Formats: sequence, structure tokens, C-alpha cells
Amino acid sequence: MSQLRKNFRELLRYPSAIAGLFIILILVGVSIYALIAIPYREAIRLWRGGEEIWYMNPKNVPPEWINLFRRNDLPASFLLDSQSEEENIHGTVVKEVTPLSEEMTEVKITFSFDYPYEDYPQELMLYLNGSYREKKPYVAITIITPDGRELRANELSIDEAETYRFSQDQRLQRRLRGLAPMVGIFSVPDTDPPVILQGTYQVVLTGFTFEEGSDFNARLVMHGKVAGWAGTDHRRRDLSVALLWGAPLALAFGLLAALGTTVTTMVISAVGVWFGGWVDELIQRITEVNLVLPFLPILIMIGTFYSKSIWLMLGATILLSIFGGSIKTYRAIFLQIKESPYIEAARAYGAGNFRIILLYLVPRIIPMLIPTLVTLIPTYVFLEASLAVLGLGDPVLPTWGKIINDAQANGALYMGQYYWVLEPAVLLMITGLAFALLGFALDRIFNPRLRGV
Amino acid sequence: MREEKQPQPALLERTLARKKVADTIKRIVKYSAVRLVTLFLTIIVAVFLTIIIANMGGYVDEIRRGEIRENYNQQAAMNPAIRNLPIEQRRQWVEERVRLEEERLGLNKPFLVRTVSYMTNALTLNLGRSLQLTSDSGSRSVRLILLERLPSTLVLFGTANIVLFFVELYVALYLSRRYGSFLDKLIIALAPLNSAPGWFYGIFLILIFAALLKILPFGGMVDTPPPSSPLPYALSLMKHMILPMLALGLSSAFLAIYSQRTFFLIYSSEDYVEMARAKGLTSRDIERRYILRPTLPTIITSFALGLITVWTGAPIFETVFQWPGLGKQLFQAIGLYDTPIILGETVIFSYLLAITVFLLDFIYALVDPRVKVGGQGSASS
Repeated sequence: MSQLRKNFRELLRYPSAIAGLFIILILVGVSIYALIAIPYREAIRLWRGGEEIWYMNPKNVPPEWINLFRRNDLPASFLLDSQSEEENIHGTVVKEVTPLSEEMTEVKITFSFDYPYEDYPQELMLYLNGSYREKKPYVAITIITPDGRELRANELSIDEAETYRFSQDQRLQRRLRGLAPMVGIFSVPDTDPPVILQGTYQVVLTGFTFEEGSDFNARLVMHGKVAGWAGTDHRRRDLSVALLWGAPLALAFGLLAALGTTVTTMVISAVGVWFGGWVDELIQRITEVNLVLPFLPILIMIGTFYSKSIWLMLGATILLSIFGGSIKTYRAIFLQIKESPYIEAARAYGAGNFRIILLYLVPRIIPMLIPTLVTLIPTYVFLEASLAVLGLGDPVLPTWGKIINDAQANGALYMGQYYWVLEPAVLLMITGLAFALLGFALDRIFNPRLRGV
Repeated sequence: MREEKQPQPALLERTLARKKVADTIKRIVKYSAVRLVTLFLTIIVAVFLTIIIANMGGYVDEIRRGEIRENYNQQAAMNPAIRNLPIEQRRQWVEERVRLEEERLGLNKPFLVRTVSYMTNALTLNLGRSLQLTSDSGSRSVRLILLERLPSTLVLFGTANIVLFFVELYVALYLSRRYGSFLDKLIIALAPLNSAPGWFYGIFLILIFAALLKILPFGGMVDTPPPSSPLPYALSLMKHMILPMLALGLSSAFLAIYSQRTFFLIYSSEDYVEMARAKGLTSRDIERRYILRPTLPTIITSFALGLITVWTGAPIFETVFQWPGLGKQLFQAIGLYDTPIILGETVIFSYLLAITVFLLDFIYALVDPRVKVGGQGSASS
């Protein structure tokens, strides 16, 4: 234990190691947060749910904090729900129900939202839900601009689920004298080129229900030009889910692969050295064959022919990496250790072969293993990302590599949607750097040959 | 007197020198021959494993059967006597021939026999026809498609790695003389950047130099349309190689420089180096004879392993830079599920890896006089 503490204290002398450790701790923290705040099932639902989950978000928009770097703020996206009567930073909803007669009721829903932006939104829409037995509710939609104008949009009867898009309303367009509704609604009237009108807008739904117990509710959704803290992709998914969940997945894959490979390699080379003879020769030959087997193409073959499940990939990766070049290094060290007197003593007292291997040979090499392990982790993190970019990632899980794959497949770099590629790339880079920094410092401590150099 | 004595020692020296050269050649040839045979056996096992992995789900069989059936369907369509028969009879004609052919080729034989036959095909690069992809000339022969792409890959990776090798060596030597200097610390600080693969930096480099600064091309091998005369073609080629080489360098150079410089430092603290300095040899002589020579085997080994790692990243690397090589072909084949190409690429990569290993073992044998047959056995131990 004191040895561990001494090593740890020596580690802290390297500022790079401290930085690396710090970043790793943050990543672990984010992973734990992701696992708790968005449990697995919820994450899959958010990531693969389908249109019902994603309809709120605009397509392919950058994150909100981009507005910090821009002179003209891009409009944000938001949702106001009349059922919850919520108040968020974007606006408020008020619903008033006034019975007029025994059967008729007047329902008035007022959405008020602030519009301090300097660009037009992509789309503004209403999702209406009516509950009725035979007679559908009827509603008239009006927009009140900050300068007090009232724009009458369409009037419609509400089905159980009805979608109304302002930009597709012909009547509104006619009223706006031919301007596209998004431009027409949000501009100062009679300006050419159109000037944005900032202020508080109101969308008022004045409706009537014709049965007892009949009601309707609405959700106002604005598709701005920015959304969320991570932006959205081509299927309107919020990227923050994938960015958050990518952390535990990357860490888990990297750690499991690195651990599995190093431990197994260690044990195999110890076994080879201890038993000698044909076992040793066999391991050497297998290592040579493994050198010639092309690693990635074989993984690709397994991925395309069989299954892309991440467990299969993990297993195949470990299997192909066990007989790597490090077997020779360990072998050299084990050969030295094998001649030590205490091994001879163990043989004298009749210790079984595997007892000697596991209890005496292997522990001697563990200090050397630690820096190798840590430096190996980023290799596997990037391997998983590489597989995902190739299209062989796990089809269900949201990983960073998958985001890059989607971005690549949809031409993100050519369309100027840099955030789509940069966000996962930067995260990958940070993860790799953190482990590499830590691994280098550990290497300076644990590798005797590098001391003093 | 001098005139008389001189010829004799000179003659002796020349004879000794010639014998030394002859011995070296014999040693190298014997070593290379053994390595060649060993490597070939290794390839056989590797391709065997590849076929087994590929065929466990029966995919290679499917390809074979599909090919035969397509062949006979085509024949039936082209043969006027068969073409005009009613559908049932035509189908019967095709079925019978397909069955005979399958029996002839042994497709009904047990798994192992089939595997051996596929393996011999793969080893001789008889790789069949692709499902969808075609070569530039329109052929669907997998061998043609892949061999067409091979030179581009070799040009890129060969040039990049050789250039990087010499740059790294030079910088490492320079650094080993200036231990503790700012450049030294800078390289050490930048070393963790090497945990990311080449294609990763490729994306960033393209963003900066092609999209933002617009001074280097987005990708591809030469400008479109390609220049017709050799000199502009070569210049265009070199211009397109700058970013890929930079990306490869960023992902592997710092670590290599760091470890090489460490080796140089370790070896320069040896006693015989002290003695050489005491003798008064120049720095450059010391470096070349006493430091470089013993470290060269280790450096070459790590270079070899680095090369092999680079081959691994080739598919994505080439796709990011739109370089028309084997890697990009593999990437496309994956997307199209073009099984014969994927299998063929794996075999070709095996061959490339084996050739790389052999070349490096060969250079190793040239450089390290201790290496001989039956002595050390495997050179990279």
C-alpha cells in the first residue's frame, strides 16, 4: 500500500499527469451522470425512437452557444405545451375555458414568446389534439405581433391529432401579400428587404367545442436555427444524448479491450516461458501468423458477414490483439525472472505449474504493465470510433464514432455543418489525450530504463 | 623498399575484404531464403484462417454458387437454341448444368475440402468476380479491381513512411545531442497527440487547409482533369500528398522521435562511445558508427510495427482524403456488402503485410551482423 502511495505521489509531480487524471475524472463523472440521468432504455428511446421523439427539433442545426460567437443571434427552438401550462425561458402558455352553453364551450389558448433574435426561424407549427365523441372542436388561429397587428391565420376543425404549419398556410400567405409566412410574420411590415421585428409575439387559438367533455390541447413548436447544447443531426435527434452516452461506451470499450488484451498476453507469455519446448514454439508461430493477419480487414469481415454487435467486436479485437508484439517483450523479461532463486524455491516445495505462473511470475511484471495498459486505452477507444465510422459500429448504441459516421454519410463537412463532426471529434481527442498523458507519466515512473532520461 | 612491400598487404586486404563481402552475401541469402519460406507458410495459415472466418457463415460458398448460376443463366440467354425454349425447360437446362458444375468443383464436398480449394484460389490471387464494384476498365474481376488500386496505395503509404522515417531519424539524432532543450521538451509534450489515428487528424487538416484557408486540395490523388505530361502530373501528385503525409506525421512522428531519441541517449552512454570521444573522433563519426549502427535494428523493428499499424488505418484514412487506393475500395465494398472484394482485400493486405515484414527482416539482416539462420531465429526478438 505504501508503495502505491509513494508511486501516486511521484505521479503528482508531473503536471501532465495531473491534467490527464483530471480529465479522466471528468469523463468518468460525465459517464456516471449519463448512465443515471438517461438510463439505457431512455437513451435508446431518445436515440432510435422515431419521429414522435424528434419532431420538436429542427434538422441539422448547430448548438445554442454558437450565438455567443455571432453578431446576429440565430433563433432558438422551443416547445410550449398548453397541457402543462408551463413557463420556460422562451415563453408562456395560458389556457382559458369559458362555458357558453350546455354543450358549447369556448376554449382560448394564448402562447406568448419572446423573439429577440436577428434571423428568421425555420418553421413554426402547432400540434393540436382534440378529444371528442362526434363533433370536432373548431379553432381559429391568430398571431399578434409586438407592434399590435393581428394576423388571422387559418381556421380548422381539430382531429385527434392535427398538425398545422404556419409556413404552409395559403390563406396566411395571401394575407401577407405573398411573403413567405416565416418572413411575413416576423418582419416589420412593408420593408424591403424585410427587417426583423423583435419583441413579444402571441399566438392565440380561439376555439369552440360542441360536446360536453370535449376539449382540445395544443403544442406550439418553433424550429429555430439553433437548438440544444449540442445541436441536432439530419434526423432531428438531439446530439447531446449521443455525446453524453458516448463517454461511458468509449471508456468501457477502451478499458475492457485494453485490460483483456494485456492480462491475457501476460499470462500467455508466462505460460510459454514456463513450459518452454513446443508450447513456447507454438506461441511464437501463432504470433507470427497474427502479425500477417490484417487486423482491421478481418474485423471488417466479421462485422459485415456476421454481426456488428459491440460484444462480438470487443471479443474479436481482444482475440486478434493477444498475440501482438508485446509477447516478445514480456517473454524476454520472464526469461530473466524464471532463473530467480525464489522460483527455484517454489519448485522445490512442490508448487504446481500454474500456481508458479500466476502467483510468482505474473505479479513481477504488473508494474511494467500499468503504463502499457493506460497508453493502450486510447488506441481501443479510437478503434471503436474507427469501426463506427466505417459503418460497422453497434447499430443500436449511440457512440461518438456513430455521430462522425452519420456526419460523413451526410456530407457534413461540405455543407458547413462543422459542429456535427467537431463535437465528437474533440471529445475523442480529449479522451485520447487524457489517457496518453497519464500513460506517459506512468511510463516515466514504472519503466526502470527510462528513469533519469 | 616501400614499393615492394606495399602490394602484399594491399593484396591481402583486398582478398579479406572480398571474402567478407562474400560471407555477408551468403549469410543474407540464406537468411532471406529461410525467412521467405517461413513467411509463405505464415501466409498460408493466415489465408486459411481468413477463409474459415469468412466461410463459417457460408458466404464464400454462396458467392461461388451464385457465380456458377449466373454464368449458366447468361449462357442460356445467349444460346439461341436454349433461349427460345419454354421457361420450365430452360430452367431445367440451367439447373442440370449448375448441378454438374458444383459437383465437379467439389462444392458438395465437406467443409474442409472446400476451404482448402478456396484457400488455394486465394493464395494464387484467383479471387473471382465482384458482386457490384467494377474496375476502371469495367471488369468485375476482383484481382483486376484490386491490382488497379494497389499502386495508388503503395505510392501514398510508401512515400509517406519513407519520408517520415528519415525525418524522424534526423530529428531524433538532433535531439539526442540537445538533451533537455526546449525542442526536446516540446516533442515530449506533443507525444500524447499520437494516440489518435491518422484519419482523425486528416479531418481537421482538411477543415483548416482546404475549407478555411483554401490553399490545399480537399482530397483525391491528382487534380481533375489530370495533367497529361509527367512533370505537372508529378507536381500535382505531390501537392495532393502533402495533407495525408502531414496527417500521418501528426499521428505517429512525435512518439517515434521520442522513443528513438531515448534509445540514442541510452546507447550514447555506453563505454565505447566514451572511448571514441576520448580518441577524438568527430561527433558525426561517433553517431554514425557507434550509436546509429547498434540502434538501427531496434529502430527498424519499431518502424515496421508502425508501418503495420498504418496499414490498419488505411480504409478510413484513404476515404477521408478520397485517395483512390485499396483502403477506399474496402470502404466502398463494406457499404455495398460486396463480399468477394472484402475477402480479396483481406488476402491482399495479408500479402502486403508479409512483404513488409520480409523487407524489414531483410534490411535487419543487412544491418545487424549478429543475425544469422538458426542463431537468433526470428529477427524481431
